[in-house]
Amino acid sequence: MTHGIRIEHLSKRYGSGDTAVDALKNVNMAVAPGEVVGLIGPSGSGKSTLLKCLGAVIKPTTGKMILGDEVIFDNDWKIKDLRALRRDKIGFVFQAPYLIPFLDVTDNIALLPMLAGVPNKEARARAHELLNALDVAPRARAMPAQLSGGEQQRVAIARGLINRPPVILADEPTAPLDSTRALAVIRILNDMAQRYQTAIIVVTHDEKIIPTFKRIYHIRDGVTFEEAGEGRAIT
Amino acid sequence: MISLAGRDILHSWGKFVFTGFGLGLLIGVTLTMAGVYRGMIDDAQVLLDNSGADLWIVQQDTQGPYAESSSIYDDIWRRVASYPGVAEAASVTYFTMQVRLGTRDVRALVTGIVTGEFGAPGWPRFLIAGRQITRDHYEAIADIASGLQLGDVIQIRRNHYTVVGLTRRMVSSGGDPMIFIPLKDAQEAQFLKDNDAIIEQRRRTEASPVYNRPSVPGLLDAVIRTQSTNPTVNAVLIRMKPGFDSSLIAEQISRWNRLQVFDRAGMEAILTGKLIATSAKQIGMFLVILAIVSAAIVAFIIYTLTLGKIREIAVLKLIGTRNSTIAGMILQQAIGLGLIGFAVGKISATFWAPIFPKYILLTPMDALYGLIAVMLICALASILAIRAALRVDPAEAIGG
Repeated sequence: MTHGIRIEHLSKRYGSGDTAVDALKNVNMAVAPGEVVGLIGPSGSGKSTLLKCLGAVIKPTTGKMILGDEVIFDNDWKIKDLRALRRDKIGFVFQAPYLIPFLDVTDNIALLPMLAGVPNKEARARAHELLNALDVAPRARAMPAQLSGGEQQRVAIARGLINRPPVILADEPTAPLDSTRALAVIRILNDMAQRYQTAIIVVTHDEKIIPTFKRIYHIRDGVTFEEAGEGRAIT
Repeated sequence: MISLAGRDILHSWGKFVFTGFGLGLLIGVTLTMAGVYRGMIDDAQVLLDNSGADLWIVQQDTQGPYAESSSIYDDIWRRVASYPGVAEAASVTYFTMQVRLGTRDVRALVTGIVTGEFGAPGWPRFLIAGRQITRDHYEAIADIASGLQLGDVIQIRRNHYTVVGLTRRMVSSGGDPMIFIPLKDAQEAQFLKDNDAIIEQRRRTEASPVYNRPSVPGLLDAVIRTQSTNPTVNAVLIRMKPGFDSSLIAEQISRWNRLQVFDRAGMEAILTGKLIATSAKQIGMFLVILAIVSAAIVAFIIYTLTLGKIREIAVLKLIGTRNSTIAGMILQQAIGLGLIGFAVGKISATFWAPIFPKYILLTPMDALYGLIAVMLICALASILAIRAALRVDPAEAIGG
């Protein structure tokens, strides 16, 4: 089976000796292309650490990470340019949209491919395609401050998708939204996952959206276990 | 690739423009200080240019007539005029004083020039209004910077002079406007005692058995006459004939007449190297301090602006932006701020320079050097902010 992302026996230890803390212990996880899974756990359970490891922001202590068909970590990084890895292979959606306030909607999205050397015109065309797909095309020239919370989050999702990464890491993307907008965001993530065959991991506490996941990973004290979700349809 | 710095500046243009305006005023002051220095140099060169002299003959072992007092006899010009190569020689006096006009007075370099010899060394070379001095007494030509006008009657010591001509940019090395009067009047004014002092001196002379000797009739009158006249001037200016070596003539005059002779280079060295040396150092210190203050302000502003964008920088780093792109953005903003500041500073300095009482010379080269210095200062000042930005952990963009 081809995976969007797969991790095997991943662990992360902070510090050493008596003060060492095992934030992740032998974590296993696999998310297929086009699949949206939930990652749920209380504060301090290791969610953010796992997300940072998956996002190649911090280095796991041991284990293996495979992105698509490429092993990116096997007890050490197998990729030299982690910055390029993050730019080209991993999409991020944050709790707050964190759009660049001095760039308009189109350029906020087109910035990533531009950073990768894609010509401005082509990058903007790709951004417009996503804006159309996410139904925010009419706000293409607006500045982030002129958007509603829901619109900002949709733009942030578009930014995460623009380079067609095999995986998107969404860190509590619905936290600031009301239930209607939160469910709308999850529907969009599902649609985008299907359309672009992207594996999406959604870290959340949000009770409203948890029933929408078909698979859920629970994390507690650095240990994950998987369960089937309700997979409730979003109306 | 879009310009992140340019977009940020356009987005917060008000902040940048107002900050740049404040910085610009500081840069304007810095450019003005440089202009003050250039003005002093120019004043010194203008003084030498306007004298029309190739050689300055002054008292032995002095650096007169501008930097030190010099006193030589007023007939020396006759002796040196006969040297081969000397086209013209003329005596001059210089003394700085408060010249009175009605109830107000103006500080001026009063210059005594020989009358009757139009265009002799020391004469004002051109007039912007009126005519040259044609009488031996009580006429004056004033620089327009003195505020005097044609027909004004000014008072120098006890005598009154009518302004018959006006000049422009005829100033002392200190920037004081020059007022030209006939040499004889100037000699008298320079050494003139007040009436009480003259009476007291006569009384003392008459009481002295050395001078008041009945056996030598006429001695007392002769002594009193010498005491009440002044046969000295400050310098003799020489204009050379073309093709003659001025240093050779200077050496001959110096050797045979026991006088000090300076050529143009020597006099320029005294004026620019010695007379205004302390002022130049003072201005240099101000320039250094202003440069440091400007750098500190730019550094603080850019650092503050960068700290305000830490979260965005973390996001940029997380999504794969290169450090060089982020550093470039901050550097470009600092440079942009510097450019705004320089434009404001240059325009401000150009507008306010003429208001200053002393001449301020803003040269294009100084402006260019200023621009380069501002760019360098801004680049250096951005280092602190760049370091802060590069230390931002991309993980900060992810909660937890």
